Amino acid sequence: MSGIHSKFNKGIIGWIDYRLPIFTILDDMVGTGYPTPRNLNYWWNFGSLAGLCLVIQIVTGIVLAMHYTPHVDLAFASVEHIMRDVNYGWLLRYVHANGASMFFVVVYIHIFRGLYFGSYKSPREVLWFLGIIIFLLMMATAFMGYVLPWGQMSFWGATVITNLFSAIPVVGDYIVTLLWGGFSVDNPTLNRFFSLHYLLPFAIAAVVVLHILALHQHGSNNPLGIDANGPQDKIPFHPYYTVKDLFGIAVFLIFFSALVFYAPNMLGEVDNYIEANPLVTPAHIVPEWYFLPFYAILRSIPDKLFGVLAMFGSILLLFVLPWLDTSRVRSARFRPVFKVFFYVFIADCVLLLVCGGKPPEGIWLILGRIGTAYYFIHFLILLPVIGFWERPLPLPKSISEPVLGGGKPAAAVAAPAKE
Amino acid sequence: MATSGSNGGADGVVRRDFLTIAAGAFTAVGVAAAIWPFVHQMNPSADVLALSSTEVDISKVQAGQAITVLWRGKPVFVRHRTEAEIDAARRDDTASLPDPQKDADRVKKAEWLITLGVCTHLGCVPLAFQGDYKGWFCPCHGSHYDTSGRIRKGPAPRNLEVPQYAFLNDTRVKIG
Amino acid sequence: MLRIVFATVAALAIAAPAYAAEGGPELPKLKWSFNGAFGTFDRGEVQRGFQVYKEVCAACHSMHYVSYRNLADIGFTEAEVKAIAAANEVTAGPNDDGEMFQRPALPSDRFKSPYANSKAAAAANNGKAPPDLSLMAKARNGGADYIHALLTGYEKAPADVQVPEGGNYNKYFPGHIIAMPQPIASEGQVSYEDGTKPTVDQMSRDVSAFLMWAAEPKLEARHAMGLKVIIFLVIMSFLFYGVKRRVWADLH
Repeated sequence: MSGIHSKFNKGIIGWIDYRLPIFTILDDMVGTGYPTPRNLNYWWNFGSLAGLCLVIQIVTGIVLAMHYTPHVDLAFASVEHIMRDVNYGWLLRYVHANGASMFFVVVYIHIFRGLYFGSYKSPREVLWFLGIIIFLLMMATAFMGYVLPWGQMSFWGATVITNLFSAIPVVGDYIVTLLWGGFSVDNPTLNRFFSLHYLLPFAIAAVVVLHILALHQHGSNNPLGIDANGPQDKIPFHPYYTVKDLFGIAVFLIFFSALVFYAPNMLGEVDNYIEANPLVTPAHIVPEWYFLPFYAILRSIPDKLFGVLAMFGSILLLFVLPWLDTSRVRSARFRPVFKVFFYVFIADCVLLLVCGGKPPEGIWLILGRIGTAYYFIHFLILLPVIGFWERPLPLPKSISEPVLGGGKPAAAVAAPAKE
Repeated sequence: MATSGSNGGADGVVRRDFLTIAAGAFTAVGVAAAIWPFVHQMNPSADVLALSSTEVDISKVQAGQAITVLWRGKPVFVRHRTEAEIDAARRDDTASLPDPQKDADRVKKAEWLITLGVCTHLGCVPLAFQGDYKGWFCPCHGSHYDTSGRIRKGPAPRNLEVPQYAFLNDTRVKIG
Repeated sequence: MLRIVFATVAALAIAAPAYAAEGGPELPKLKWSFNGAFGTFDRGEVQRGFQVYKEVCAACHSMHYVSYRNLADIGFTEAEVKAIAAANEVTAGPNDDGEMFQRPALPSDRFKSPYANSKAAAAANNGKAPPDLSLMAKARNGGADYIHALLTGYEKAPADVQVPEGGNYNKYFPGHIIAMPQPIASEGQVSYEDGTKPTVDQMSRDVSAFLMWAAEPKLEARHAMGLKVIIFLVIMSFLFYGVKRRVWADLH
C-alpha cells in the first residue's frame, strides 16, 4: 500500500481515515504521534497562542468585511455603522483592533523566546526564516488594516509609510505613485489596501503551515538547547502539550478580554476617531505601538535613504542571525555572557519603543540614536564576538538526565514543567 | 485526554474524569457563546430595523391602475380596483382556492388592494393585469393570481402576502 | 526570562501615556459614572447633557453619526423621541415629481446638521468649520474630562499673549487660542426640568457625559459582557490548570 499508513481503523473515523488520512496527519502533527521534548516551559506556549491570534483575526476580519465599505466617502461612516448599529459590531471591531495588538505581543514574546534559547540555530534556520517572513507579512497586514477606518492617523500613517519608498533612488517616486494609484493616498489606495488586507492573512496562514512543517522536521528546540537522545527525553504532544496549550489559551484570553472590554481604545490613537482630512496633518503622527521601535530607527538617521535602509535592515538582519551568532550552544542558560547582553538587548528594544512614541527632538532623538546604534552593534559585533570568547557552562548529557553535566541543571530541568 | 497519562488509583481517575468533563463542558459552552455574535451580526442591524416603514401617496392612482413602491427593498403593489375587479374577487371567495382566504380579509378598503409584489413561489415580481384571472401573472414559472392577489393556478403555494399597512388619511398609506 | 514580560508591560505602560497630553495644564479629573469596570451612564445627567447640546451646541455643531432613535437608549420614551425628532425639519425626497421636500424628522433620521455642508459651516464661522461632535469624547486625549475642562477653561488671556481677531483664550485648548467663543457662559443658560441647578460647571459636566455616551453608546453592554466573559475565563483557566496538573502528574 502506498501513501500514508492509517493509524485508525475503527468506526467512521477509521472509514474516513482509510480513504483520506486526515486523522493520522493531525495525530502526527499535534497528537500522540508527535514526540515533543518533555521539558518545554511556558514560553513555548506562545507559538500556539500566535496561531490562535491569527484565527481570531481572520474570523473577525471576514465578518467585519461584511459591513465595511472601502470607499473614502463611506469607510469612516461604515466603521461607525459597525460600532453603533450592527449587532455585536462593537465587540467584533474591538476584538479585531485589539487582536492585532495581542497578536504582536504574542509574536514578540515568541521571537524573544527563540532568541534566548537559540531556536534559530542549526538545524532550524529555515524554520526561523519562515518565522521572519510571517512577521514581515504581519506588519504589512497590520499597516494596511490600520488604514481602513480612514481616520486621520490612518490617512497620515499611510502617507508617511508609503513615502518611505520614495527614498529609493531613481524609481522611488514612480513606485510611490504605483502604490497610491494616484498622486496622493486616495480612494484607489484605500481599495487596494482593503483587497490586500483581506488576502495577506491567508498568505500568512500558508507560511504558518510551512513553519509548522519545518518545525516537525527536527522537532521543537527546548530550554536546554540540547538534542533529545532518545524516547526517554520525549513525550507525546497530546495530551501533554494540548492541555498545556489550552490552559495557556484560557489565561491569554483573560488578558485579551480585559483589553477589549475595559480599555479598548488604550492602545489606539485618538486622532483616528477624526475622519481623514488631506488638508490637515495631526500634530504628532505615530504608528501603532508595535511599529514604534522600527519607527525610532527610521527617525534616528538624518538621511532619508539610509533611514529607510536601516529600518528595513533591522528586520532583514534577522535572516543572517544564524551565522552572526557564532556560538554552537543554543540555550542562553549555558551562556553567561550572552545572557547578560540578551537582557541589555531587550532593554534596548524597549528604549526604541519608547523613543518611537516621542517627538524626535532633544533627549529622545539622542536616546533613539543610541538605541539604534546598539541594536546594530548587538547583532553585528557583540553576537559574533561573544560566540568566540564566551566559555559556555558544561551542557547536560541529556534532557532526562541532566545531572551529569554538573552545576544547577537538575533544578533547571525539573522546573519547566512546574513553572 | 482521559485515557492517557494514567497513574492508577480509582480516586485519581474519578477526579480527573470530573475535571476533564467540567473543562470540556466549559469549553463547549464558551465556544457556543462565542459563535453567537458571529451569527447575530448577520441579522438586520439597528438602522435597517429603524427604516421599516414607508409612506405612499395614492391620490393619483385611478381606478383600474396600480403602482409599485419599494418597501424594505421589496416591491409592494398598491392597486386601485374597479367595481368589476372587486366583484370578481368576492365571487371567487367560494371557489376552490389553493390557499383559501376571503377577499374581505385581504383588504382594509375594498377599492385598495395592497400586497407584496413577490411571487410566493421563488420570489420573482409578477406582472399586473395579466394571467387567467386578470390579477397578476408571474412570468418566471407561470403562477396566476386573481384580483385579490390569491394564487389560483401554477406552482406558487400561497397568496401574495399582505403587508402591515394603515391609511393615514384618504390619500396617504403607511406601509410597515 | 520573566523579565521580558515585565519589560514589555512596562514599555506599553510607558508608551500608552506617551501619546497622551502634550503641553498645557493638567486636566481636572472628574468622577464619571461611566468610568470603571462597572460604569454605566447616569440617565439624568446624559439627558440634561442632550438638552445642553440641543439648546447650545447644536446651533453650530453637527452630530452626524447619532440618530434620534438612539435617544431611546438614554431613557427617552418612544413618544418623546418622536417629538424630539419631529421638532426638526429635514430635507427628503425626491418625491414623484422629482422635487426634494421638507418633512419633520423621524426617529430613524440622523441628528439634523446646522449647516448644509462643511463649506457652509466654515463660511459661517470665520473659515473654520465647527467639528462634528459624535465622536468628540473619543477623539481627544482626556475624553469627557477634556471637554469639561475646555468648556470651563475660558479666561482672560495673560498679558503676554496676543489673542488674534476672532480668537478666544482657553487654558486647556492646545495652543490656547480657540476660535469657538465661550459656549456655556452664564448660569441658567438652559433651564433643567429635573430641578438641577444649571451652573456653568454643571452644564459643562452634563454635556460632556452626553458626548461620552454619543461617542461610545455601547459602553454599558461592553462593561456588562466583559464581567461575565472574564469570570467565565478565570473559572476555565482553573479547570484547565487542574486538568493539566493531572495529565502531567505521572511525569514527575
